[in-house]
Amino acid sequence: MYTYSDFDAAFVAERNRQFRQQVERRIDGSLTEDEFKPFRLMNGLYLQLHAYMLRVAIPYGTLRSEQMEMLAHLAETYDKGYGHFTTRQNIQYNWPELGDIPNMLDDLAKVEMHAIQTSGNTIRNVTADHFAGAAADEVADPRPVAEMIRQWSTDHPEFQALPRKFKIAVTGAQADRAVIRAHDIGLRLHEQNGELGAEVIVGGGLGRTPMIGKTIAEWVSLEDLPAYLESVVSVWNLLGRRDNKYKSRIKITVHEHGIDDIRARVADRYELVRPAYNGAHMDLFHQIAAQFGSPAFRNVPTDAYGAAYKADPVFRSWADTNLSAHKVDGYAIVQISLKAHGETPGDASAEQMRAMARIARDYGHDELRISHEQNVVLPHVHTSDLPAVHDILKAHGLATANIGLISDIIACPGMDYCALATARSIPIAQEIATRFDELKLEHEIGELKIKISGCINACGHHHVGHIGILGLDRAGVENYQVTLGGDHTETLALGDRTGPGFSAEEIVPAMERIVDTYLAHRDGPEETFLQAYRRLGMDPFKTALYGEQPSKRTKAA
Amino acid sequence: MPRPFTPKVVTANALMSGEVVYLSADDQWTPRLTEAEVLTDEAHAQLRLVEASARQSEIVGVYLADMAPTDTGPEPVHFREEFRRTGPSNYAHGKQVDL
Repeated sequence: MYTYSDFDAAFVAERNRQFRQQVERRIDGSLTEDEFKPFRLMNGLYLQLHAYMLRVAIPYGTLRSEQMEMLAHLAETYDKGYGHFTTRQNIQYNWPELGDIPNMLDDLAKVEMHAIQTSGNTIRNVTADHFAGAAADEVADPRPVAEMIRQWSTDHPEFQALPRKFKIAVTGAQADRAVIRAHDIGLRLHEQNGELGAEVIVGGGLGRTPMIGKTIAEWVSLEDLPAYLESVVSVWNLLGRRDNKYKSRIKITVHEHGIDDIRARVADRYELVRPAYNGAHMDLFHQIAAQFGSPAFRNVPTDAYGAAYKADPVFRSWADTNLSAHKVDGYAIVQISLKAHGETPGDASAEQMRAMARIARDYGHDELRISHEQNVVLPHVHTSDLPAVHDILKAHGLATANIGLISDIIACPGMDYCALATARSIPIAQEIATRFDELKLEHEIGELKIKISGCINACGHHHVGHIGILGLDRAGVENYQVTLGGDHTETLALGDRTGPGFSAEEIVPAMERIVDTYLAHRDGPEETFLQAYRRLGMDPFKTALYGEQPSKRTKAA
Repeated sequence: MPRPFTPKVVTANALMSGEVVYLSADDQWTPRLTEAEVLTDEAHAQLRLVEASARQSEIVGVYLADMAPTDTGPEPVHFREEFRRTGPSNYAHGKQVDL
């Protein structure tokens, strides 16, 4: 895993020193809030509904155990004993006090972490496949590329006042677990003639105007990639609309100008930018890549796993649901669900964070990942250690066997915390998970992703949920719109709206009617909800939600 | 006919703690909505907002929030203000336990 160079450490320390002074000057009255706000946003500090919120970056979702322990320390020392993992591989603290923020940032720097560019109109935390370095279907580890982009984009002088925020995601596998087509730039690493490069996808995004990203270049070599990325952001920086924040994201620029026009402009810009990259960046890249080698995998018997799998039905259920294929025989990727039924999606207590850190240290080659689906991943666990890992997880309320199931819900903080929200998300997620747990149906239902956003900005990725829920304010009352058929994978698709929204009291019964319809119409347990929806279309679900509708012909008569 | 004026309170977040606060009639910032000054006149409300906005060293994000006056004090008209005076619904944190 990457460790800071002297330059990185000095940069973060200097930045923290500057911000400490800015906080002091805000407190002593030398800075007004208008003057202070751009500084605090550059350092991840928001003002939310009930308090400040500090958003800390977890670059490409990767953590060492000591870093997870520091996140626990922050939760206990400066917050209310928990943290909230987000859909962009960040952690948010919901209750810090202004005077404590500089100390929090200094504590983070001790373990090579920061909150730089987790907010504001900059290039944000670079996200990656949460199975990076472990997945069986991986072509290349996306993290060295993501780390190179982090270094390139951090404090990049040209990109500190962009038209709007800018988000980049990277995957190096065939399956897309990083939602790359819903990012401003998505990168898919792949080889051409034996050389590693990236497909560059641009102009994707959810939010008010959801767009699926378009391929601007099929393959750009790693050597040319920074110059190419710089050209894309540079073209948008000049062209992007600053007159209307709803039209400022690159997805609108690409939509208005067309991908061919943008491609031509990027090519022109690239001619100017490329000569500045004289090869030093590749020296740096190789130094970075060398730090992302595989751990020393063990080759030992897996009998303990087989025995526990046979003997313990609880372990078996968890193993069937929460494990994924690892690239090395004898190993598994473990997903730790932060979606215990009835709890807040993505929240972990300090005690749980410490338990996960300990497991990573003792059984997981010291590596942890945070997924955009708000769960924690142990990327490298030998299967013989799984029974012990499961026992520890159980003891800390972390062994919920529901990854990919109906209660594994993505939910943004919504109006329980967020100043932008128009409705609550968390209680809706809690109620749905609790209800389907009562029904004991979720394993029968199988793969089904519900994603909930509490406003149009779509932090909860509702457009790409198999079932999406969008909370809105309809004349002073919370109202929830439902979409069906979204897909967050390499076959990315936006869901279709079912029709009028539902009240907070109606939304859980509505979910039940959708699920009942799926169960009644599916070809068999092997046909997933998404497959069934694609085959059946909206009609049976619409009927289940709103009753028999008179056909247009009948209406006309 | 101009639309009738909805009564307001001046609200903000405390600079240091971030806690939701309200402006009382005696110019104090109080964490309790019941102690907030209810502004029933539009011009007066604007004046109080301007005065409050100048108190940069005490608060952040000041604005006027719609309220319905009742015998027990102002009641939020919109659910957003209800959450601000109570706290989040997923944990017993914030005003619902602190006050």
